[in-house]
Amino acid sequence: MFGWEFPPHILGGLGTASYGLTQGMWQCGDMDITFVIPKPWGDEDRSFAHILGASQVPVAWRDLSRDYVEQRIGKVMDPDLYFRLRDHIYADFNYMRTNDLGCIEFSGRYPDNLLEEINNYSITAGVIARTVDCDIIHSHDWLTYPAGIHAKQVTGKPLVIHVHATDYDRSRGNVNPTVFNIERDGMIHADHIITVSNLTRQTVIEKYGIDPAKVTTVHNAVIPLSRELLDVEVVKPHEKIVTFLGRITMQKGPEYFVEAAAKVLKNNHNVRFVMAGSGDMMDKMITLAAERDIADRFHFPGFQKGKQVYEMLKASDVYIMPSVSEPFGISPLEAMQMGVPSIISKQSGCAEILNNVIKTDYWDIDAMADAINSIISHPALYNQLREDGLAEVARITWDKAGQKVIDIYKKILNNR
Amino acid sequence: MKAICFNFAIHQPFRLKRYRFFDIGNDHYYYDDFLNDDIVTRLAEQSYIPAAQTLLRMIEQSGGAFRCSISITGAALEQLEQYVPEFIDLLRKLADTGKVEFVAETYAHSLASLFDPVEFEEQVKVNCERLHSLFGVKPKILRNTELIYSDELAPQILSMGFKGCITEGAKHILGWKSPNYVYSAASAPKLKLLLKNSKLTDDIAFRFSDTSWDAYPLTADKYIDWIASTPAEEQIINLCMNLETFGGMQPASSGIFQFLEALPRFAAERGIEFWTPSEAVSKLKPVDELAIVHPISAADEARDTSAWLGNQLQREALHKLYEAGERVRLSEDRRLKQDWWYLQASDHFYYMSTKHFADGAVHSHFSPYETPFQAFTNYMNVLADFLVRVDEQFPLSVDNEELNALLKTIRNQEREIEALTREKESMCKNLEQYNIEHKTREAEPAKPAKTAKAKTAAKPRAKKVDK
Repeated sequence: MFGWEFPPHILGGLGTASYGLTQGMWQCGDMDITFVIPKPWGDEDRSFAHILGASQVPVAWRDLSRDYVEQRIGKVMDPDLYFRLRDHIYADFNYMRTNDLGCIEFSGRYPDNLLEEINNYSITAGVIARTVDCDIIHSHDWLTYPAGIHAKQVTGKPLVIHVHATDYDRSRGNVNPTVFNIERDGMIHADHIITVSNLTRQTVIEKYGIDPAKVTTVHNAVIPLSRELLDVEVVKPHEKIVTFLGRITMQKGPEYFVEAAAKVLKNNHNVRFVMAGSGDMMDKMITLAAERDIADRFHFPGFQKGKQVYEMLKASDVYIMPSVSEPFGISPLEAMQMGVPSIISKQSGCAEILNNVIKTDYWDIDAMADAINSIISHPALYNQLREDGLAEVARITWDKAGQKVIDIYKKILNNR
Repeated sequence: MKAICFNFAIHQPFRLKRYRFFDIGNDHYYYDDFLNDDIVTRLAEQSYIPAAQTLLRMIEQSGGAFRCSISITGAALEQLEQYVPEFIDLLRKLADTGKVEFVAETYAHSLASLFDPVEFEEQVKVNCERLHSLFGVKPKILRNTELIYSDELAPQILSMGFKGCITEGAKHILGWKSPNYVYSAASAPKLKLLLKNSKLTDDIAFRFSDTSWDAYPLTADKYIDWIASTPAEEQIINLCMNLETFGGMQPASSGIFQFLEALPRFAAERGIEFWTPSEAVSKLKPVDELAIVHPISAADEARDTSAWLGNQLQREALHKLYEAGERVRLSEDRRLKQDWWYLQASDHFYYMSTKHFADGAVHSHFSPYETPFQAFTNYMNVLADFLVRVDEQFPLSVDNEELNALLKTIRNQEREIEALTREKESMCKNLEQYNIEHKTREAEPAKPAKTAKAKTAAKPRAKKVDK
């Protein structure tokens, strides 16, 4: 499997989903999974998959002692594997910026030179494909499609790509042609395409012109939260808290949340709104909140990570995700796990599988305001959504999703 | 001798319009007139009118052998009078044949019987009055909202003057017993119970056009055969369904009207009669007492009240609504009372059911809302505005008993004023008389001191009255 993020160092939903799916597939048994990421930190959970860092894959020959390698990267990779990989360097990449180990450095994030990093990633994929034996290649999201295609060309093994999002979701229709081309290239080369929702499946079929028979939906799931997280302690304020959690970008529809908040505050003053996260629209949102004259009740605590996320959820009475286009959207499921009633837009993939949430159109700020007000003013609705939501989300597990993916693998292998 | 006892129910709620919480306090009109008009008119065209015409023809053709009963809620009557008055004329024609019995319902198709006995009685009374004024009939039998019934209700129903009550032949109540007899209520043995035969009712109402059903197609011949083949001592088959079964649930193209029309002919061949519920309770003796501790109804597979009381949303909404009951009844504001009734329709709570997530989609099928949460939000917004209006008339800070006392004072005011005026008048008369006497006495000035005393005594009293 090729991925870009892996917990605990994650920037978005992609890492969580990759992790959950891999673990779910491992639970189904009889799976040997190697998960490639650009830059491992050494603290990843390796119990169910071999984590392989592209930044430790040599692409240029260096004559090194085992001890040196051990001392340099022993924390994240077995030195033996390093030498095995070194034996499979397929071209001289000395012209590239390589380090003392003959590896290319990766940031593992989404830097400005992302396209270069994607290209480098696919170079290392060539080495990995020659070294690691596999039956199926599985690429998570467009960043890793070139790597997947490369690996497929080297090994001749079938390629499955997993579409966690498309550029249509990220850009509200104004696609970046380079990204679009990478995505489409991946879809064309793939033997099968897995999408995280029917919404995304439609996008893949309609916007990228892919044969529907090749595209299957496997909805995401959630990993049950640990006791420690469920029991995080927070001081609940007297006022009701409505929370938005996510990147503050066009895709997430933050402005609709601000507008809905303004509507709620006109009639109901016992409530505060929180927009946690960062993103390119944050400044605009702060300005908008000020313009609507609700800045005293509308808060921007910035990017939350790890435990903070759960503290934030625990303190909330309502979780809201007004995404304009959300391929799946795992965060409402997490909110439900914490027992927080959620309001989601009908334009999110998770709306396809969730019943005990309130669904509105992302643009329908009246309906959104109404839903917020209703949850915070009627304990019955709050409790109903909370309790049935907890029960519902507990049934959405990754091993079921994992099994579906394994079934797809089997089908592809049998058809060959 | 066997008989079929038909009961056709007609009900349409006043569906609510999309009502946002910022409308609370600003907008006091709650109904989606366009939707209601559309649904009622369409249903009348497809179902009510052709069904009523079919019933009329059946009565004519059978020479009066065909009888049935109709129950109709006040909410439905109001909408039908407004949107399809020609249907009211048809009902009048049916009533004039004397072969159609009108059965009492609650005015608002409400769940008042479960929450508010006073309200329940009032609604049934108002509905009966409405039926009387429109069709000149006096219902003797009660069909409570969705056939809801329990032991607790029986004495009240009896005291309201009803001889019988139609309810569900729920399997969990009957066990091995058959619904095809007349029973009496355990808590009020004088009240007779007619139990719906669910199987034979659903054969028509739900399965008639179901091609995957092994008995498809159902013909009148076959259906009457089934009834005839029930054990000989079972005498009454109660078939209770919504009138929109004909042409609505089962489209006209399925042949449902022809099926209905053919029933009397085949029934006559096999010696099966048609009775009205009143005939059934007067002709048949109850075979046994039936104790029903927990309320039963016709709704869902469970046949209990969980369709309206199954989740927290529904309980909260109903609780909030009926809390206001006493206050609303104190009011004399007609609009408030009207809204109070419309908001009680059981349909609003049915839409809030979350049961269909698990089983079937019957709830969502009838709902104008996409989700139960939307139904709840919208209803609670409307209710909030309604309660604000109730509060304006009778502030919540005054508790009900105190309020009652105050209202009594206000109502008695007139009587008191009247009494006082009368007192004043008699005083004036006394005074005049006294003056006359005084004059005559002045003529004989023998006892002047005594007269002066009497004058001062009378004057302050007269003044008090003037105030």
